[in-house]
Amino acid sequence: MHWLIEPGLLASSPVRVAVLVGTVVAITSAVVGVFTVTRGQSFAGHSLADVATTGGSGAFLVGLNQFWGFLAFGVAAAVMLEVIGVQRRRGRDVATGVVLGAALGLAALFLYLGSQHSSTTGASFTVLFGSIFVIQPSTVPALIASGVIALIVIVALSRVLLLTSLSPDVAAARGVPVRAVGVAYLVALAISVSLSSVAIGAVLSTALLIGPAATALRVAKGPVRAMVTAAAIGVAVTWLGILLAYDSYYWPPHGHAWPVSFFIVALVVVAYLLTYLHRPARRRRSPSLGTPRAEVEVGA
Amino acid sequence: MSELPTSSGDLLRLDGITVRLSGREVLHDVSFAIRPGEFTGLIGPNGAGKTTILRVILGLLAPSAGTVTVAGQASGSHRRGGLLGLGRPIGRGDGRGGSVVGYVPQKLLIEPDMPLRVRDVVALGIDGNKLGVPFPSRARRELVAETLRAVGADSFADKRVGELSGGEQQRVMIAHALISRPRLLLLDEPLANLDIRSAQGIVAVLAKLAREQQIAVLISAHDMNPLAPVMDRIVYVAAGRAAVGGADEVLRTDVLSQLYGQHVDVLHVHGRVVIVAGDDGEDAGSPHAGDDLAGQADPVYGSGVA
Repeated sequence: MHWLIEPGLLASSPVRVAVLVGTVVAITSAVVGVFTVTRGQSFAGHSLADVATTGGSGAFLVGLNQFWGFLAFGVAAAVMLEVIGVQRRRGRDVATGVVLGAALGLAALFLYLGSQHSSTTGASFTVLFGSIFVIQPSTVPALIASGVIALIVIVALSRVLLLTSLSPDVAAARGVPVRAVGVAYLVALAISVSLSSVAIGAVLSTALLIGPAATALRVAKGPVRAMVTAAAIGVAVTWLGILLAYDSYYWPPHGHAWPVSFFIVALVVVAYLLTYLHRPARRRRSPSLGTPRAEVEVGA
Repeated sequence: MSELPTSSGDLLRLDGITVRLSGREVLHDVSFAIRPGEFTGLIGPNGAGKTTILRVILGLLAPSAGTVTVAGQASGSHRRGGLLGLGRPIGRGDGRGGSVVGYVPQKLLIEPDMPLRVRDVVALGIDGNKLGVPFPSRARRELVAETLRAVGADSFADKRVGELSGGEQQRVMIAHALISRPRLLLLDEPLANLDIRSAQGIVAVLAKLAREQQIAVLISAHDMNPLAPVMDRIVYVAAGRAAVGGADEVLRTDVLSQLYGQHVDVLHVHGRVVIVAGDDGEDAGSPHAGDDLAGQADPVYGSGVA
């Protein structure tokens, strides 16, 4: 990370790439994340990130760009998630848990073997905790294109996803192919997770997926506002994180920048916690509406 | 086993519907028909097959035998075009060109953080099954507002649906189903777990829709008493079989005993109907005896506990 030493770095190519890719990643993750939270699939998002870790470390082992490893394994895992029990939520969680253990074990093996073969000691760190400042410029178009594709899929499916979240039966009765829509959503989720794995690391990618979305859902009521707010929060924490990482070079220990992933994740948490200060009594039911719940209920 | 009214004006018609799920017969030879504006109660104890009947009508479940006809067409064909279909132009007073069947599911399980306000849920009833994002328009907003008024949900239009009470959510889902101007409204246990006032409010809304807009209403309930004042006809389901007719024709000791395959008494208490399992002595040899009431801890059916 020697380029960070030089002053006036916001004009430097790595930082510009970081800001550009970071913006695309933040918007994609946040918008996809709104549906991840809404569908109650945060765990699936984290699972895809864990499996993507295996792909990323495998790519490192065979000398490919990590993004392709993240993407290939993430998308494969997304399709598998759908095939593994969609019927029973509990069965799905158990199956997912078993697969995750295997995936992370493999990732450990790949990273170990990779570091034996290559002198690049930072590979483990890059796979797990991100590399937004060392993105190869040649992969930037692919990263941006992937983000745009995921965004288009999610926006195109947004109403259908909301209807399905409201009631799968109503959606099915109105001709929505609920399973196919679920697979398309999971693939978009896998793309988004792969992108944020590149930016802030496979282990931390869930933070950028869930954090801005969960924060937005606490302050924005309607679906469009929730998506826009989440994207704005994601972009803000990413930009601020990059800036702080740049500044941190002059913080102790002097001469070493702190990881940008740390700042982004920390800011995500701060943003989320701020909403609790903002509207402490938001969830109360208005007493003027509805009838008292204490009345005798009809039927069993 | 049930006589069909031979009217060409039937909006919904089930003929000899039999459904087997993993080898077990959950519906046996169910036949009935519904005409426009009729208010029909689909009554029976939990697990009798009411939801199965609704799922067959919606085309979510294929019957093993029999046919379902909705507005003269085979079941399933009444579903609106798939994801790629173009949205129907929104307009008021455009007759009944949209979907034929509106469906209100059983109680929703929605977290408070679901980013859907009441008006968003109702707007999803217009074109929530379509790709892309809707184009906001005045006609759209007015249609949503008008539908919310029709079900008495306009006062909480900007609240999130996950923050509402059960009765409020039911009104919203009725509006969601209603906005596409269906001719037949199917409701699955909309009164379950509602307090008495909320249940009465929902029933009043539905009766008004049936009367004023000639919407046929088919509503399932394990407790018929809140519906008694407004029901034109009863489809009583027990053990996968159905008896059809007016309250006087169906709610009789002989009819329901035959349905249950076991002696039951139909009691009238202060204007309420209570169905009580009798002695097991009669009809003990019937193939359905035992099955029907097994698993029912409470021997009292259709009672209104107030």
